[in-house]
Order: sequence, then structure tokens, then C-alpha cells
Amino acid sequence: MTLSEEELAEELTGGALTRAPSRTRVVAGRFFRSTQGRIGFAVLALMFLLAFAGPLFSPWTYTDKDFTAFLQPPSARHWFGTLQTGSDVFAVTLRGMQKSLVVGLLAALVSTALAAVVGAFAGYFLGWTDRVLSWVTDLLLVLPAFLVLAILSPLFGPGQWPLFVVMLALFLWMVTSKIVRGMAISVKEREYVQAARYMGVPPVRIIFRHVIPNLSSLLIVDATLNVSSAILTETSLSYFGFGIQPPDVSFGTLIADGSKTAVYAPWTFWFVAGLLVVTVLAVNLVGDALRDAFDPSSARGAR
Amino acid sequence: MSPVLEVSDLNVSFGDVRAVRGVSYSVSPGEVLGIVGESGSGKSVTSAAVMGLLPPGARVTGSVRLHGRELIGAPERALNSFRGRSMSMVFQDPLSALTPVYRVGDQIAEAVRVHQRVSKETALIKAVELLDLVGIPHPSERALAFPHEFSGGMRQRVVIAMAIANDPDVIICDEPTTALDVTVQAQVLEVLKRAQAKTGAAIIMITHDLGVVAGFADRVLVMYAGRPVEVGPVDDIYYRMRMPYTVGLLGSIPRVDRDGRQPLVPIDGNPPSPAALPPGCPFAPRCPMRIDACEESEPPLFEVGEEHGAACIRWQEVGPRPPGRHAAPGEGVHLRVRGERTVLDVRNLVKDYPLFKGAVFKRRVGTVHAVAGVSFDLRQGETLGLVGESGSGKTTTLTEILELAAPQEGGIVVLGHDTARLTRSERREIRRDMQVVFQDPLASLDPRMPVHDILAEPLRTHGGGDPRRRIGELLALVGLDPSHAARYPQDFSGGQRQRIGIARALALEPRLLVLDEPVSALDVSIQAGVINLLDSLRTRLGLSYLFVAHDLAVVRHIADRVAVMYLGRIAEIGQVDTVYNAPGHPYTQALLSAIPLPDPARERSRERILLEGDLPSPANPPTGCRFRTRCPKFRAELTDDERRLCVAVEPEVRALGDDQGAACHYADRREVV
Amino acid sequence: MAGFLARRLLNYAVLVVVAASSAYLLAATALDPRSNYADRTPKPPPAVVDAQLTALNLNDKTPLLQRYATWAGGVLHGDFGKTVAGAPVNDDLERRMGVTFRLVVLGLFCGSLLGVLTGAFAAARQYGWLDRLSTGLSFVVLAVPVVVLANMLILIAAWANERVFGRQVLLVSGEYSDGLTAGFWGHVVDRLQHLILPTISLSMGLIAVFSRYQRNMMLDVLGADFVRTARAKGLSRRQALVRHALRTALIPVATYFAFTFGALLTGATFTEKIFGWHGLGEQLINSIFSNDVNTVAAISMLAAVAVLCASLASDLLHAALDPRVRA
Repeated sequence: MTLSEEELAEELTGGALTRAPSRTRVVAGRFFRSTQGRIGFAVLALMFLLAFAGPLFSPWTYTDKDFTAFLQPPSARHWFGTLQTGSDVFAVTLRGMQKSLVVGLLAALVSTALAAVVGAFAGYFLGWTDRVLSWVTDLLLVLPAFLVLAILSPLFGPGQWPLFVVMLALFLWMVTSKIVRGMAISVKEREYVQAARYMGVPPVRIIFRHVIPNLSSLLIVDATLNVSSAILTETSLSYFGFGIQPPDVSFGTLIADGSKTAVYAPWTFWFVAGLLVVTVLAVNLVGDALRDAFDPSSARGAR
Repeated sequence: MSPVLEVSDLNVSFGDVRAVRGVSYSVSPGEVLGIVGESGSGKSVTSAAVMGLLPPGARVTGSVRLHGRELIGAPERALNSFRGRSMSMVFQDPLSALTPVYRVGDQIAEAVRVHQRVSKETALIKAVELLDLVGIPHPSERALAFPHEFSGGMRQRVVIAMAIANDPDVIICDEPTTALDVTVQAQVLEVLKRAQAKTGAAIIMITHDLGVVAGFADRVLVMYAGRPVEVGPVDDIYYRMRMPYTVGLLGSIPRVDRDGRQPLVPIDGNPPSPAALPPGCPFAPRCPMRIDACEESEPPLFEVGEEHGAACIRWQEVGPRPPGRHAAPGEGVHLRVRGERTVLDVRNLVKDYPLFKGAVFKRRVGTVHAVAGVSFDLRQGETLGLVGESGSGKTTTLTEILELAAPQEGGIVVLGHDTARLTRSERREIRRDMQVVFQDPLASLDPRMPVHDILAEPLRTHGGGDPRRRIGELLALVGLDPSHAARYPQDFSGGQRQRIGIARALALEPRLLVLDEPVSALDVSIQAGVINLLDSLRTRLGLSYLFVAHDLAVVRHIADRVAVMYLGRIAEIGQVDTVYNAPGHPYTQALLSAIPLPDPARERSRERILLEGDLPSPANPPTGCRFRTRCPKFRAELTDDERRLCVAVEPEVRALGDDQGAACHYADRREVV
Repeated sequence: MAGFLARRLLNYAVLVVVAASSAYLLAATALDPRSNYADRTPKPPPAVVDAQLTALNLNDKTPLLQRYATWAGGVLHGDFGKTVAGAPVNDDLERRMGVTFRLVVLGLFCGSLLGVLTGAFAAARQYGWLDRLSTGLSFVVLAVPVVVLANMLILIAAWANERVFGRQVLLVSGEYSDGLTAGFWGHVVDRLQHLILPTISLSMGLIAVFSRYQRNMMLDVLGADFVRTARAKGLSRRQALVRHALRTALIPVATYFAFTFGALLTGATFTEKIFGWHGLGEQLINSIFSNDVNTVAAISMLAAVAVLCASLASDLLHAALDPRVRA
């Protein structure tokens, strides 16, 4: 080591580190350059705004009943009309949307985290760890999720929706986990993981520092798409009365109610259905654009 | 003779990126044109453009004439009738060039039937004949096999059979042997020569390997940054080159036929990106002979001799071996006296793997004897080169050492500790003193970490305070700018990434460095710089290297001793120059003789020892000597009595002389390079 | 091979046993058949209720494990017990399986075929109008849950029957009309009229999924070296696409097809329920409402078996289509 090299090292410790554009910024850049990414993001942001800020502008809350207007079409007084009970459709729809969005987001987050950990451990350690974890994954795949959730629905009484989120997540993670496991096996063979291993880094630290971060693109995309499947599952369950319990409302309960009166009172059905479809569509668009942004080589999003 | 294929002023661009810029050449029947260039030089795009097989979005201008008929802009139907009939192609990767779901016979027959009105049966018979011609044993049975049932070399033969199915006039070979082992490469080149003799076609041979071209081509075109920079008869290019880039390329190749340790002359810097070409001569920033005029305009191809052109304004001053600007510190000859202390001792190492078959119905069908009794030792300050082709067990040996676990059989002693009796803390200690450098510089660096974190990881794992100062030292040590610590691996070129990998390995000041093919993923001009770096680091830091490689020339250049592996055993081991000058084992002889030299005159006069067939399956190795099934000596020189010993008894490594041993009953030292 | 198959089947058997048992235990704990008797008028005396529940092996006063043992003993002999109404579960489910099968086969066939065709054409002309259209449409379809789609179809059918046809052409409830007096062809037409909407409801999602999948598989293969080799032989683009790319890209799709079939046997739940088809899926929901523990357990077991058979079938199909896997 010469003197000049010493000086260089000295300089480095003193000077601030100049950062090259980070991966996050690159991905975000690609994401916002794609049309579908922009549209999806804008629509989704709008939906969130509507769900959480919209009620502030409405004179009605979702529990209010207007006993002067039963099943009335949209008007200046009730923007989306009223239900048979006299509830304001705009107010209940936004309330249902809040619930669905929150349930969907949380369930997706929990399930993806679960999938990441289980899959990464199974794929990294293989052997008995893998056998046990894979068996549990298979078992949950084999159990009809809808049925289990439906049976457990009495537990999701009023105010118990966090439990519902956990249960929903419990039936969403298996497929992702299998994919993560497969990728973890291949990441494990990658030389940078081998390098860490031969350096003496403990396995659990390798998993959290090298394996899972390197699957993050898959995980982020999957979490996004899980949001939409969580919303859809929640809707179906609630439709049959197995999900969110009254007096709380969600997309599912509203669609169930609305479909009964849809023929002669279309506003009870189409507003909810429309918002649901637009929300899920936006989430899917964001997920797809993210996938392309993370993996430019797939070229599916290239123009 | 009129040329069959004439390419003039061919330009290809993808969007704003000009991948090929003004390529012109022509080939006559029976002639072999070699197109040489490093990755990104545009050589493969050129051939895809000639075939009309560029991906949509590529813009092609210029002219490609086949028998005088223009192909650029010709209707698709006309192109289809040329492809495969007048002009065919052999691709680089034989593993993916064949459709996995069809039998190879059917795939060749399809090539026949596209252009000839014959019945299915006739086409199949023709396919079997072609398979026979390219040297596939039992062609009529093998025609019914699927591609995945062939080895890489055999698949490449199938692709060649397909290419010559309709007696083409031009065969374009795009790196046809790059993915193959060197003995298989020799076989495939032989097949190509045979195919050419049969069809009388012109061959365009695209490669990065100056050795392959030397013995095979009549004329050579050197490409750089999408342009031809030198073109001429093969001897002119190798002996009377007029372009500094060609000089640099030839100077940076480690030679298997040169002993002593002459430092390689790497080319400074990196090839330019086609998207951001420097003004003027694209080679100027790397050129040792650059003058200001070089940056003014891009030089045309000057006529520098008969049929010899070079794109350099100073061509008159250029000649073979100019004084190198970047000569590494000379080390003199290889160590003759071995060190005292043993840092690594491997004794009778054995490793078996279960062999599974089927992806869906996975079932065990046997045992792969990947390593079957390997012994060697490595002394302080020494470099041992472990060479072998794929399937030789060199990687398994390496993994067994790195795992630091008790081997299945035999023993491994690393830095004085037997791996079978290691405590946790001893293992940790050894992990600190033994580090590894991997083959693929990109894959071995976590893409999500900046260089700073990558280099800090070993330091943090093994304690120690603020790593920042040490990181600066390390980067400087491997010749990188310490201010680049905040960058991510993808911001570096291949050679720089490998330097980062080396810096990481050196972070803890290890005593033993295990190098797994550290330069094989790099271009020649870059490779030389990394080899020189490794060489000087070893002397400066007193390291010992276990250097695993398939490239015998690189090993000769860097190693003190060499161990040649074949099918899980050591065939020959000894001091590098002794082994290379006079190998005793027939396999070493064949291996060395298969390596093409970047020296046309010597290539033409060389007698190759060709091995027959494929490597036997390590799950079912031959009895006695493992090499006997392919051994030229066993086949041609030995008497039946002598052969009996080869069949019955597995030979152990026996000393042939001063530090040279071969595992052959009838070892006989012989000069082959 | 045989050993491998045996091990795999054993693993499957264990999975089925565990899945069915946990479904039974879960249902027996969470569902309350006794409540079925609470709303009856006149209210039956508790002793009668107990006797009836015991006869059905549903009495919550019997210890859970004992009920489980009785149930498991029956299942081992192929008897899934009785429904809350007292009828054998086996007969009921057998009939319903037929109904579900008729619905699913047609829906899956239409869905996968149209999906594969769309996906293949879309990939062949990437970024062409068909590609853009099918991508856009599948995004929309995938965002519509079946419960919404089915209800939309019913609304559209009501509108169409009224305004377009002027009579009941698209029938929205059940598999066939009760008490229809028409000849053989009359029955056929009637059944078809009932089939149209549920089939659309089932296949829309499948078309979207299959077309996306096929398109992506095809695009992966289009860049493969062997397609380039095929072109280099002199095959036209269309020939290379059909003979080499499509054939190879179909392998994963066919595998997926087999898997979907198994999943759909109970997965047609929403369609069946909303269109009033008396299939397995409908019974799944009904049995939970009616606290029918034995039926819930039986359907869970059927679903588990179906999923595992499907996964085995998809592997077998994969092996049959892909020589690399078969080896």
C-alpha cells in the first residue's frame, strides 16, 4: 500500500458518499413512464381519496337512514340514490370501499410476508425444513379455503375484521410461497449467496439480507396482485354473508343487497359494482406495470 | 471465382443505437472467412442481418447479395427459400437450438422437406445419412432420440447436419464451439471441415477466439464497435497486423505454448457501448498509439497491403508487439522450489451424488461418482491450477473444500486443520483465512447492494470496527477508484466487477484464495488485466491460490503446478512447464493438442490428437482406467496383453520425473503443443 | 418409477385424510345443527331433538372425538353419513357431481380453447390490435368478480329477453325447466337455454386467464433459439410459429388446464349458487347455512381429492407432452 493509496482511503472516509441512482428510483422511473402504470396509479390514488375523503363531503353517513326516501334514484339530495332501508348509496358505498381497500391491502401484506418467509426458509434450507413447510403449504392448498372461511365466519363478528384479514391472508399465501421457494432454491445457488456462505455469514442472516431482498421484485408485484385477489375473495365471501358482518358494510355485502333490487333499482347495484371493478382493475394495472418496471428484459411493457 | 456472398456497407440499428456500422465483405465458394471481435462488437448482429433473422425493430441498410441477388428488402417468401437451402446457420448454444419436443431425426427431415419435394421416409433416410456424416454413432437409432438425450457436442453436430441438409453455398457459424469443451471443440471443428469438404460451401466463422480462427480461416475480419477495423488474409492479420487493436488482442492472449511468465499486455479500458461511441476512432481511448488526430474523425479502412485493410491513421507505424504501456511487474519464471508449509492438503477425496431422472416422476437411477479419489496439496505462496473439462469433477472438488465439512471419504486439511474435526470457532477461523472468487463477476455480487456494502459484509461478519477505511484501501488495491464505493455492481464493466469480487475476497487478508474460473467470463482484452492483477497480488500479499479453470492457457500463465482431472480422478499432476512441455498422460496430451493456437503457421503444421466420442457418464465409469474408452494410446499403440492391465486395474498417479506424475500404466512423456 | 408413484400417492392419501379430518372437526365445532330445530313450530321437545341429532351423529352432547370416530369409521366404508334432513350424503353428492360436471366441462372447454387461441394470436402479433384488445379485455374481466359478473349477466339477460327477443330465451335459474312437456328436442333446447349464461359466467374468467397465460408462454418461446433455428431452416414465420413455438408453449398451458379442471369441481360455487344449479358448489354454501356437518366434511374431502387428482393429472400430462420431463 503506497502513500497515495492511503490518502485516497483517507479522503473517502472524510467525504460524503455520492449515491448513484438507486434501484428504487430506476424502477419508479420506468413505472411512471408506462401508460398503464400512470393510469393505474392515478385511478388507485383517486379511489383512495374518494374512499377516505369522499364521506367528508356527503351530508349522510353510512348509518343514517332517510325515512323520506326509500329506494329513490340518484338525485341532488342522494347522489347515488338510496337503498330500500333509506340508506344513502353514496355514503354506504364509500364506507364499503374503505373496508374493502383496507382489508385487501392488509391481507395482501400479511400473506406476502408469510409467503416470503415460508418460501425462503423452505427453499434455502431444503431437507426437513422444506418437507414440513411444503407439506403445510400443500395442506392449505388442498383445504377448500372458501369453506373454511365460511365456517369460521361467525367469529368475524362486529369489530372483528382484523381477524378476518388474518384468516383471508392465511389462504392467499400458498401459491406465492411455492414460487418463492423455487426461486429461493435458484438464488441459493447464485454465487453471491455462496460467497456469503463461504464467508461465514449465518444462514438466517443470509436469507434476510440476500435471498428475500433479491426476490423483492416478485414479492412487490405479488403483493399488488394479492390486493386484488383479497378484495375479490372478500367480496365473494361477504356476498354470501360469510365475510364482513353487519352493521359494517363492504363491497360484497352491498353487491349482495344491490343485486336483489338491481332489476328495478339499478343504482343500488351498478355504482358499487362499477367502483369495485375500477378499483381492482387499477390495482392489476399497477401490478402489471410494476412487473415490467422491475424486469425490463421481459419486454412486455416495452414500447 | 465470383463471390457467393457479398455484403457491402451493411448498417443495423436498433432505435438510436447503431450496432453495425458499414460492414463489407465477400466470400467465395470453399473459402472460410473468420469474423473476430469481443462481445458487443456487432459480429453476431451482422450475421443475423445477413440471414434476415433480426428481431423486429431493427433497421437494416446496405446490401447483401447472394449469388448476385439482393436480399435486403427482398420479399419474405424469397428469403424463406434461400434460408436453409443456399445459406444456413449454426448457432452458438447447441442446448437451446433444437426444439425440445421433436425427435432430432424429424427435425433434420423437416429441414430437408422444406426445400425438397420428397416423402417423409426419404427425408428421414437422408437425415440418418447426415447424422452419420457428422459423426454421430449409431445414426439410425439416435435419429429417434430427443435433443435432451444428446451431449452438447453431439447436439452441435445435429445442428451442423441440419445446416448442410440442402447442400448450402454459405454456412454462417456463430460461435459454434464457444459453449463446448476444448476436446469437443476440436471434434466439432473437424466435422465442420468435413461438412465444408462435402458441400463445397463458403463458411463464415464468427468467434471471439483468435485460436479457432487461426487454424480454420483463410481470411479474417476483425470487428470493433460495430465496424471492421482490420481485414486481410489470415497470415497478414496474425503476423503483419496494422491496427493497434489487433496487436492488443493478440498480445493479451495467454499462450499455452509459451513457458516462463511473460506478463500479458491487457488493453486499457473497456470496449465502448454502441450507444455512446467516442468521437473519431472508437478505439482511440484505449489505444497506446493515440495522437490528437485520432479523435478528429473515424478512420476509413486503409489499403495497407494486398487485400489487407486497416482502419488506423498510423498504420505504417503499427507492427507486432509494440512496447506495452501496461506491462505487469515481471515475475520471472515459475517457482521451481516448492514452499515448506502446506496450506491445503487433499487426500483420496471421494464424493458421490445420487443421480435422479425425470422432473415430474423424480426417481433415483444411480450414483454419480463425481470425485473418485483425488489427492493433491498446495504449499504456501504457490498456485495450483486444477484443470479439466465439464464433468471432470473439478467443481465438486472445489465445493468439497469450501464446505469445510467432513468429506464422504478421504481427508481435507485446510491451513493445518482437518475438516472432519473442526469446532465451530475453528471453522469460523478458517472461513476468515480462506476466501473464494467466483466465475461470473455479476452473479457473485449481490445486485441490490452497493459496492461499499458488498465489501463491508466480510468485515462485519468477522467483527472489526468501521470498515470504510479498509474498503477504500481494498478498492485501491485492485485498481479501482475508491470513490466508486457507492455504486452498484451493474454500474461496472465485467472486468471491474471481477476486481470487486477479488477485493471482497481479500478484505480479511486471507492466506488461501480459491479461484473458480475467475477469468473465463471475461473478454480476452479484459482477462489479461485481471490475470496480471491476480499475479501481482499473490506476490505482494504472499497468497496461495487454488485456481480452477478449463482454459489450459490461462493456467499455464498463472500456475506453478497443475493438476489435470478426468472423470473424477487426477490424470496428471506436476510442475506447470514440465507438464505442458512433455505431458505423460494420453489425456493431457490430447487436451493440450486440442487447444488452438493463435498462430496460423503452427496451426497448419500441427498434428491434432482427436479424442473419440463423449465423456462416459460419471454414474457408470469404465472399469480399470477411466480414460481407456477414449484413449488413443489404448486404441492404437498397445498390444492386447498391455490393454488387459488398463481394463482391469485403475492406475494411480505415479511419478514420471521431478514433480510430474501421471495416472497411466504406460505413461510416456511426449511433446504435443 | 413405481416406488415414486407409491410414495406420492401415500403422501396424497395423508393429505386427504388430514384435510378431511380437519374440515370435519372444524365444521363439527363451529356449526350448530341444534339451532335448526329452534325455529320450528311447534318447538320439538329437547329429548326428540337429541335423539334425532344422535341418529344423524350430530349431537353436540356426544364428545367431539367420539362423533369423529363414528364419522371416520363410516367414511372408511365409503359412507359419508346423513344430511341434516336425514338423507344419505352419498346419494345427494353423487347426483350433484353429475350436475357440476355437465356445467364445468362445457365452461372449461369453451374457456380454455378460446383463451388459448386468443393468446396465441395475440403473441404472434405482439402489440397488434388483437393483442391490445385481448390484453385490455382480460384486464377488465379479471377485475370483475364472478358474483358481480353473474349478476350482470342476469340483468343483461332480463333486458335482452324483454327488449330483444320478446320472450324468455336466456333462462337464469336451474338446469332445466320443471314439468316441461316437449319432445326430446324441446328438452335439449330448454337445457341449452339454461346452459348459456352459466357457461359464459364460467368461461369469461377462464378465457382471460388462459389467453394471458398462453400469450406469455408463447412470447417466452418466440425468443427461443430453436424458433430461430426453425426460421434458419427456411420455414416461414407462420410455420415456425405453429410447429415449433405453439407446440412447445402448449405444454405448460395444457398442464394448467388439467389443474383448473380439478379446482373447478368445487370452484364453480358462485356460478352454481347464483344460477340455481344444484351442483356441489351450491351445496357447499347451502350446507353451511343448514349446519350440515357431514355434507361439509364430504365436500371438503371431495375437493381435496379433486385438487390432488388434478395435480397428478397435470403432471402426467406434462410428462406425456414433454420428452424432457418424461425421461
